[in-house]
Amino acid sequence: MSQNTPMPERVDEIIASYQARTTALIMVLQEVQQEYSYLPPEALQRISERMDLAMSQIYGVATFYKAFSLEPRGKHLVSVCTGTACHVRNSQSILERLERDLHVERGHTSTDREVTLETVNCVGACALGPVVLIDGKHYGHLTVGAVEKLVEVIRQCPCSVEH
Amino acid sequence: MRPIVSPKELNDLRDRLRAAHDPNHTWVQLCAGTGCLACNCEPVAAAFRQKIHDEGLEGVVHLKLTGCHGFCERGPLAVIQPQGIFYQRISPDDVEAIIDQTIKHGKVVTKLLYRDPASKTRIEKAEDIPFYKKQVRLVLRSNGHIDPTSIEDYIAFGGYSALAKALTTMEPERIIDEIKRSRLRGRGGGGFPTGAKWETCRNAKEEPKYVICNADEGDPGAFMDRSVLEGNPHSVIEGMIIGAYAIGSHEGYVYVRHEYPLAVKHLTIALDQARELGLLGPNILGSGFAFDIGVSRGGGAFVCGESTALMASLEGKVGEPRAKYVHTVEHGLWDKPSNLNNVETWANVPLVIEHGADWFASIGTEGSKGTKVFALTGKICNTGLVEVPMGITLREILHDIGGGVPGKKKFKAVQTGGPSGGTLIVETRDAKIMRSMEDAGEISPGDAVTSLLDLPVDFDELTQAGSMMGSGGMIVMDQDSCMVDVARYFIHFLIEESCGKCLPCREGLRKLHEILERITKGQGAPEDILTLQEISETLIDTSLCQLGGSAPNPVLSTLRYFRDEYDAHIRDKRCPAGVCRELVGYAITEDCVGDAKCAKVCPTGAITGGPRNLQVIDQSKCIQCDACYQVCTFNAIVRVKRDRAADVQTTARQTWKPVKERTQAEARA
Repeated sequence: MSQNTPMPERVDEIIASYQARTTALIMVLQEVQQEYSYLPPEALQRISERMDLAMSQIYGVATFYKAFSLEPRGKHLVSVCTGTACHVRNSQSILERLERDLHVERGHTSTDREVTLETVNCVGACALGPVVLIDGKHYGHLTVGAVEKLVEVIRQCPCSVEH
Repeated sequence: MRPIVSPKELNDLRDRLRAAHDPNHTWVQLCAGTGCLACNCEPVAAAFRQKIHDEGLEGVVHLKLTGCHGFCERGPLAVIQPQGIFYQRISPDDVEAIIDQTIKHGKVVTKLLYRDPASKTRIEKAEDIPFYKKQVRLVLRSNGHIDPTSIEDYIAFGGYSALAKALTTMEPERIIDEIKRSRLRGRGGGGFPTGAKWETCRNAKEEPKYVICNADEGDPGAFMDRSVLEGNPHSVIEGMIIGAYAIGSHEGYVYVRHEYPLAVKHLTIALDQARELGLLGPNILGSGFAFDIGVSRGGGAFVCGESTALMASLEGKVGEPRAKYVHTVEHGLWDKPSNLNNVETWANVPLVIEHGADWFASIGTEGSKGTKVFALTGKICNTGLVEVPMGITLREILHDIGGGVPGKKKFKAVQTGGPSGGTLIVETRDAKIMRSMEDAGEISPGDAVTSLLDLPVDFDELTQAGSMMGSGGMIVMDQDSCMVDVARYFIHFLIEESCGKCLPCREGLRKLHEILERITKGQGAPEDILTLQEISETLIDTSLCQLGGSAPNPVLSTLRYFRDEYDAHIRDKRCPAGVCRELVGYAITEDCVGDAKCAKVCPTGAITGGPRNLQVIDQSKCIQCDACYQVCTFNAIVRVKRDRAADVQTTARQTWKPVKERTQAEARA
C-alpha cells in the first residue's frame, strides 16, 4: 500500500475516490482506518476540511461504529469471538486467560504496542468454537489450557496485521 | 466478455457453456466458504493443484473452489463429481489417495467418508447422510456446486433465466402478483409478506425509488446470508434486478457487514461480471430497463440490521433508528420510497419467478411457504447450515439433521432470533420446566402440554407459542449452560449495541444487567425477579425500535422456563450449571487417575499431587478459570457450590485409590 504517500495527500486521495460525497463518510473512514490501522486526529481534521463536515459529525460516526478505533492498534490483533455459539462453549474463560497471559485488557492495546486484544460478536466459524483470530487467522476448538501455546504464537509470529 | 443484448443471446451462451462441459472430466468441488477456510482448506486446495499438475491431469481434473456446502462440522470437505462422492475432514496428505484411488481408478477412499454414528456405517453420497437427507435445498441449491466467482458457472446452472423471463414476458404488476401469490415472506425474521411490500413501494408517489439488500447479518451464530453471498452472489443480484424492475427502481444497494470480507469480495466480483455482461446497467438484456447496484460495508453496529438505522448508515450517518410510523417503503433512503429485503428473501425471488408461484406455494405450511435456512450452532453434533421446508418440526432439525447434543449431555434449550428478540425453545414436557411454568402461572398442574420441540417451523405457529422464527440462527444449549448467565450475556451484548437514542433502551438495559450480574454473583434478592419483569415490560412498551422492544425476551423466557435456576442463584447462592464463577468451586473427585494434566494447565499452581496420585486443588489459590475442568478427560473435576468444594476434596482424599488397585478390585469383582 501507499505507506510512503504523506498523510494529507493519502487522505485526499481516498476522499477524491469518493468524489468527497458526504454520504461516503463511513467508507472514507474505513479506508483511512485500513491505511493507518486507526483514525489519526490529523486525518479526521483533513476529512472535516475537505468534505465540509463538522468535526463533531465525524467523531459522532467514528465513535458510533465498532469498526473504528481512535487509538493506534498493536502490531498483532487478537480477536476473541464472543458470539453466542462461542459463549456457550465457554469463550469467556479463554478471553480471561488471554487477558491474564498477554497483560492486556479486552478492548485495549498492550503498553509495548505489541498486541491489541478485542472481542468480536461472531465470525461465523461456529463449528470451530470457541474461536480466536490472530491477525486474521482462525484458531478453533480452544481450551483454556491451549491459550499458553496461543500466546507463544502471538509472541513469535513475525507477521502482523496489514496496515 | 461481450455484453448480452437479448434473452436469446443469454440462452445461446448457456447452451455453449453446457456443451463445453465434458461429462468424462472430473470436478473436485472443494468447499472454500469461511467455515472451511477457517479449518484450513487452503493447504488442501494447494495440494490438489500440485498433484493435478504433477500427474499431468490439468484439463481433465478440475479443482473448483465453491461456497459453503453447509456441513461445517466436517470440514474441510469436497464432493467429487460426476460420481458425487462426499469426502470430509480432508487433510493435504489425503489428496494423493483421492487422486490416485478415486479419480484415477474409481475406488472410494473409505476413511474419508462420513461415518454415521447411529448405524456406524460409512456413507458415500451427501444425499444419504442424515444431515442432508431431510433438507430441501432451494436457496442453497447451487452453493457447493458453482464457483461463486464465475458468472458463466451460474448461467450454466440456469442462472439469470428467471430475469430473462421476467423482463421479456411479465409486466411489473404481474411479477408483484406472482410474488404475492407465492406468499413469500421476509426471511430476516419479521415475516412480512414480500409481495405486499413491493406493491406499496411501487405505488408510492415519489421518485426515485430504491431497492436495498440487508446483508448486515449481526446476530451471533447466524451465517446464512453470509454463505449465500459467498457461495452464490448472483442469485441475490438476480432477485434484486427482478424486484427493481417490478417496483420501478433504477438504483440498488447491498449493505453488508464489514466482518464478512469474503462475502464483500465475491459480491463485488459478481457485480462487476454482471455489469460486463450487460445484466446490470443502462439496458438490461436489451429490454430498455436500467438498474445498477452499489455495495456499502457496514461499520460494525448491530443496530444497523434494523431497516431505518441501516438506511441512515447508507446515507453516511450514525446508524440510529427512527420511529416506525413513517414507513420506509414511502419515506426511506434519502426520504424516498425504499424497498428493503434481506439476502435470503432476494435469493428466493428468482426461484418463484422461474418455477411459478404455485410451485413455491406447494412447499411449506398454510401460512409460511417455501424453505428456511438455519445456522445450527452451539452444543450440537452437526454444526452447520441447513435448509428445511417450512413445517418441519424443531425436533427433526435438532435431532435428525443436527444429530442431537454431543457427549451424552442433556439438551436444555435452543435459542432463536438472535440477542435482540431472542427467545428460548425448550422441551416443555420436561418436569422441571413444567414446574417453572406453573410457578409463572402459565399452566396449571395437570394441564396437557405440547412440546415446543414438536411445533412446526412456521412464522405464525412459533409466534403464537411465544417464540419466534428469527432470522435463522439456532444456538443449542445443554446442561452446562446457566440460563441466568445466558440472559445476562444477551443483555450485555445489547447494552454495547444499543444506539442510546431512546431512554428505555439505554437505561433499562443497564438496570437489567446490573440486577442479572448481581444474581450471578450470588448477591440477588427475591424481589429482583419482580423488578426484572417490570423493567422488561417498560422496555417492550416504550422503546423506539425493535432492538429495545424485544431486548427483554431472553430475560422473560429464561424466567418462564428456568425459574428454578434464578431461585438457586438467589436463595441458595448456587449455580446449578456451574458457570457463574463467584458461586462455583472446583474440586477433584476419587475418579482422578492422576495423569496430572490439570496441574499442568493450572495458571496459579493451585493443583498439586504428583504423578499417578490424587490431584488436589488448593482452594485459596484457585481462581476458577475452568482450565482444569476443560482438560480432564475422566470427568474427575467437578464444579460445585463454592463452600462445598473443600468437602468434596476431603471425601476424595479418603476414598481415592490408585488406578492399579481400582482395576484389580474390578477384576476380582
